[in-house]
Amino acid sequence: MGDHHHGPAKGLSRWLFTTNHKDIGTMYLWFSFAMFILGGAFAMIIRAELFQPGMQLVEPGFFNQMTTLHGLVMVFGAIMPSFVGLANWMIPMMIGAPDMALPRMNNWSFWILPPGFLMLASTLFMEGGAPAFGWTFYAPLSTTYAAPSVTFFIFAIHILGVSSIMGSINIIATVMNMRAPGMTYMKMPLFVWTWLITAFLLVAVMPVLAGAVTMMLMDIHFGTSFFSAAGGGDPVLFQHIFWFFGHPEVYIIILPAFGVVSQIIPAFSRKPLFGYASMVYATAAIAFLSFIVWAHHMYTVGMPVAGELFFMYATMLIAVPTGVKVFNWISTMWRGALSFETPMLFCIGFLVLFTIGGFTGLMLSIAPADFQYHDTYFVVAHFHYVMVAGAVFSMTAAVYYWLPKWSGRMYNENMGKIHFWVSFIGFNITFFPQHFVGLAGMPRRIPDYALQFADFNMMSSIGAFIYGASQILFLYNVIATIVSGKRVTDDRVWDGAEGLEWTVATPAPYHTFEVPPAIDPTPAHG
Amino acid sequence: MSFGNIIRALAGPVLAFASAAVFGQGNQVNMAKGVTEVGAEIYDLHMLILWICVVIGVGVFSVMFYSIIYHRKSRGHEPAQFHESTKVEIAWTVVPFLILIGMAVPATSTLLEAYNTDDAEIDILVTGYQWKWKYEYLDENGENVSFFSNLSTPQSEIYNSQTKGENYLLEVDEPVVIPVDTKVRFLLTANDVIHSWWVPEIAVKKDAIPGFINEAWTKVPEQGIYRGQCTELCGAYHGFMPVEVHAVSREEYDAWLAAKRADKVAQAAAASQALSLDELMAKGEAVYNAQCMACHGMNGEGGVGKAIAGSPVALGDIGRHLDVGIKGVAGTAMQAFGGQMSDVDMAAVITYQRNAFGNNTGDIVQPSDVVNHKKG
Repeated sequence: MGDHHHGPAKGLSRWLFTTNHKDIGTMYLWFSFAMFILGGAFAMIIRAELFQPGMQLVEPGFFNQMTTLHGLVMVFGAIMPSFVGLANWMIPMMIGAPDMALPRMNNWSFWILPPGFLMLASTLFMEGGAPAFGWTFYAPLSTTYAAPSVTFFIFAIHILGVSSIMGSINIIATVMNMRAPGMTYMKMPLFVWTWLITAFLLVAVMPVLAGAVTMMLMDIHFGTSFFSAAGGGDPVLFQHIFWFFGHPEVYIIILPAFGVVSQIIPAFSRKPLFGYASMVYATAAIAFLSFIVWAHHMYTVGMPVAGELFFMYATMLIAVPTGVKVFNWISTMWRGALSFETPMLFCIGFLVLFTIGGFTGLMLSIAPADFQYHDTYFVVAHFHYVMVAGAVFSMTAAVYYWLPKWSGRMYNENMGKIHFWVSFIGFNITFFPQHFVGLAGMPRRIPDYALQFADFNMMSSIGAFIYGASQILFLYNVIATIVSGKRVTDDRVWDGAEGLEWTVATPAPYHTFEVPPAIDPTPAHG
Repeated sequence: MSFGNIIRALAGPVLAFASAAVFGQGNQVNMAKGVTEVGAEIYDLHMLILWICVVIGVGVFSVMFYSIIYHRKSRGHEPAQFHESTKVEIAWTVVPFLILIGMAVPATSTLLEAYNTDDAEIDILVTGYQWKWKYEYLDENGENVSFFSNLSTPQSEIYNSQTKGENYLLEVDEPVVIPVDTKVRFLLTANDVIHSWWVPEIAVKKDAIPGFINEAWTKVPEQGIYRGQCTELCGAYHGFMPVEVHAVSREEYDAWLAAKRADKVAQAAAASQALSLDELMAKGEAVYNAQCMACHGMNGEGGVGKAIAGSPVALGDIGRHLDVGIKGVAGTAMQAFGGQMSDVDMAAVITYQRNAFGNNTGDIVQPSDVVNHKKG
């Protein structure tokens, strides 16, 4: 078997036919970054139009296409695939496995993504324009009243869903079967734990989303009336199905981010993660609760009061395990020996801003108060604090943290720090004022607004341009590192880093752990 | 955009942090306190939870920043190695839980209050249309009064060729009028897609869903004008369907309702009169701008809807043209306007479409033609 220890194939076929978890992880990461730039470009158009009251750059219909595509591309194209890429790269290396359990499916689950997004993006050039019904695509706006391109949107969602399900099955199979001997569940790094739980969430809810879009397809083309009251259906049914997918989806996005932060904070605190076991249980509790809170997105649809109360109480409960996590991270830092390299800065940024997003989440859970917050910019501010400062910041931290291991080269630390501060400040200039305009009464998804919202909107737009520009710096830093960064040779790139991935050579060889590593039999975390 | 404005925009929120009082009236940073009892309760609940979050946040962040400042490697701090404590974990599970119970109690009572629609004196059926609201005052004797409420901000302000007025995008041609100190029940539904009817100052937000009827209520203690907007994405002009509520004294309300009823009779009478081409064109232009322009374009060039200029419908058979206007086109955004505008308005706008934008057919459609067409 010795002569099978080969390196990558040459040329394009390396990428097209690869079954190597590192190559596939790399492709996922680059693809998601491309989508991040595309979705960001849509956001820039939105913020440019909202810079001043009045219609300046685009027409209202096109504005709605931009908000819709921005949401879809960021959620399904940028954030989700980026964490799948990270899982591909890191999970085998963290559990001492040579590769993912199902390498050919791994190739396929990546390669169906680009055509899926090509199909989605192509709707922009179709008659009637791209989907313009929001990333939540409520019926009947997305069925009876949608542009013909909705059919392409439906197929694109199906493809992305298939990709996610395959990716998740692969992760579950890998974690359950490929752990090195002695790597018990309670010794797995937290990133592996959060991804394992996330993968179960994905397998559970992606088919529900597929069901929702299939019902739409039937309503549009085959004369059914699932979501049309005129035919005996119910438009609110759509929202129940969508959010039964959509709320777990929010945790699908944030749980791997929790995992990343739980790896990085101990490394730069030079101190073990506080409360490992409680972190695992809190993650599982959040995942369970995510299935029974979906209708808190629907407080104003006219649910019976008993339903409102149930969903309000269940939603408030999420604050408990989430609080446990935040407290554990801070206790990890407490009395450590902290240093503030770029990955740690992004994690601290995450901790501060995600906590603010958590607080506004708690406020939003209060049903009667939500009557005032619902569908305003307050909600927009809230979910960008958790999605951008939560998921995107932690993903950025992950890239800086593991890039030296991946590439064998160190990124430019000063440039990384500038990237952090510009991102952090730009982000807050963008989204903090949105709390104010939301509370003051500005609805979301409007292309033009009343004059009293003008100042904060201009500020928000300026912040968005700053935040957007800072990502160019990030791209430059990553490319410069790969091309000409200072070489690193230590296996353990960061002095406080723990875990099997730091026991392999730097840069990580094409194949790692062909022979399972020996695992220290003493309990790793307790 | 002057540099000064940009500086002002940046400086504003910085001041907001220091003190909301420094602020000009233009920049509201908090929820409207509202004029109703429920509104005030919601505001108090909002502030209570906000302050609880602020206190917890200050505590959590203080610990974190203390650690960031004093537990630095660069200060030579040696890391401790503790990494678990069951007692602490139990404490920070139980304490937040108790705080949550403290929040749930007032939240529940406010919610029950907001849901209690009993004993309403006036029922108003609110129907969402793309992109306007219809209000129908339900009357026990069947003498319902109904009208549409359209955005009255002119296109010239939206497209920046004219200075924007004070109530830009928050003004309508016909507001919904309610009496003060009276429990008014709103029954909400929609004609096409889902809309949501929101007026922040009376703290009512409820979705208007086609095929279903939702309930909400208010009892406004102060006379005044309260403005709001649609808050559920409902298509291209979602941002252009405001709500304007006028709360007036009981006497004014009664007089207004009586005038509305008289109007209805007068309109029926007007339908039997014949108008000149000029009169119809003048009226038709106004109706077109309010009702048709959003989809069919300022010059009939089309947009969401088909072009009117040179259209086979506008140049062809009058009966077919009336059909489209009155019954709409199934499966498209073209609504049935027969029930939405008076017969006079319908006659005027059809005449206008047949003679404007280069469609010089010379056809005159009289209100009586519309009445006859509706009869079949």
